[in-house]
Amino acid sequence: MAKKLMKGCEAIGEAAIHAGCRLFFGYPITPQNEIPEYMSARLPQVGGTFVQAESEVAASNMLYGAAGAGCRVFTSSSSPGISLMQEGLSYIAGAELPVVVVNIMRGGPGLGGILPSQSDYFQATKGGGHGDYRLLVLAPSTVQEAADLVIDAFDLADEYRNPVMILGDGLIGQMMEPVEFKRTIKPEELPEKPWATTGCAGRTHNVINSLFLDPEELERHNWALYAKYQAMAKEVRSETYNLDGGCDVLIVAYGTVARIARTAIDQLREKGIKAGLFRPITLYPFPAAALLAAAEKAKTVLVSELSTGQMVEDVRAVVAGRRPVEFYGRVGGMVMGPEDIVDRVEKLTAVHA
Amino acid sequence: MYNEIVFAGFGGQGVLLIGKLMAYAGMKAGREVTWMPSYGPEMRGGTCNCTVVLSDLPIGSPISKRPHALLVLNLPSLDKFEDAVRPGGIVVVNTSLINRLPRRTDLTVVPTPANEIAIELGNAKAANMVALGALLGASGLVELDTVKAVLAEAFASRPKLVGINQEALARGFAIGASQSAAVAAR
Repeated sequence: MAKKLMKGCEAIGEAAIHAGCRLFFGYPITPQNEIPEYMSARLPQVGGTFVQAESEVAASNMLYGAAGAGCRVFTSSSSPGISLMQEGLSYIAGAELPVVVVNIMRGGPGLGGILPSQSDYFQATKGGGHGDYRLLVLAPSTVQEAADLVIDAFDLADEYRNPVMILGDGLIGQMMEPVEFKRTIKPEELPEKPWATTGCAGRTHNVINSLFLDPEELERHNWALYAKYQAMAKEVRSETYNLDGGCDVLIVAYGTVARIARTAIDQLREKGIKAGLFRPITLYPFPAAALLAAAEKAKTVLVSELSTGQMVEDVRAVVAGRRPVEFYGRVGGMVMGPEDIVDRVEKLTAVHA
Repeated sequence: MYNEIVFAGFGGQGVLLIGKLMAYAGMKAGREVTWMPSYGPEMRGGTCNCTVVLSDLPIGSPISKRPHALLVLNLPSLDKFEDAVRPGGIVVVNTSLINRLPRRTDLTVVPTPANEIAIELGNAKAANMVALGALLGASGLVELDTVKAVLAEAFASRPKLVGINQEALARGFAIGASQSAAVAAR
């Protein structure tokens, strides 16, 4: 199939259709309105259903119901809207249902602004709503990767019966890049979900539930969830750039910032400074072993994010004092350019020389 | 090859569309491309812009602080972006609506009466295409024929508009090419 030039939001929507998803429930918010707009046009063409819910809370509970009935289903929103969905997401995680949630992050807290941000890292990777649960979190860095990860996200959600979040920022959502859809899954070819509430003629009824009033039972449930999150560790994905032979500074960044850092690394090479990149693609599970191996090839680690410092806490926990870990962030919708990262790395190499 | 180009005007002048055509043509020519609209809050009558990056290597930031080329269809856009252009950069100025040229002397300026030419051709809305043609003529970033072909694809549902818009591109291209030759001869 020929490459098309598509906005990240549209590519995410089309990828969901290629993943065999035929249901979307959501509520509009900038900068991801092109996702519901695209789904509202596309889903009826393929026999699917688009519902603009009365609120994000309602959308997240529609997701809960449809996933319980065994359907592939997804929603998208941006930071404040994702906060509103946390109730549903906690129930969905508790009831062990597969859903895909796209968060095209904007600046916060509160209503914040509409420009790109990565300030929902804590919310995405540490649970988000109440209770002891995790989402599997994937962070695309290009429009092509966003499309690929959306298709993978539906498979991962089904495999682990767990919500999977695509965590992008306003740039990933709004930018156009060439994209092709590498896989097409037909809904009728998807494996059966024997646990789903599909009508119980000829079998005992299935129950979708997150209420466990017996504390011993709830404890067993929590440890079973924990075991599932441990098992997800094998899904870790990451990428490195320019690490062969070691480097002075290892830049750790995800999503949009990682691609900006890549340009910075090329510019630093021209100045005779060796910098490398470690890019987590899964933010949960966090690629700890690969990060540690990369950090040990560097003299210093620089974490760069569109936040005041969130992923840096996970990096510090992994590096555990073996290397200095510095931080450079921009917030509020301001985005660093490659030259800003170059400047930071130059200052660091001067300090640690 | 690495180029950042900013297209700016007011909402409705079609700057997002010509940016998309440029990006699409760049993709057809085998380049890495990004197209990024400004989606921040803007007042009515304010500027609307997009950034296109064309490169032989994977593109980092899709936004530009120091563009290699600038195409402006209205005065607020020239006021906003003139200082950002890299020294030696190309600036296409729609002289139909902008009553001044860039103050800087280190730029290749392409004055283009885009609206007048579009009206002459019989469709005032084609002013954006005249300006895009001028940028192509002055920069050589993408072949004129490639852009004409992607325009025909983009306007497939409105075939009547293809010819006039291709003509607008060609008229602008001639202005851009001669201006760039004149600058080179200096």
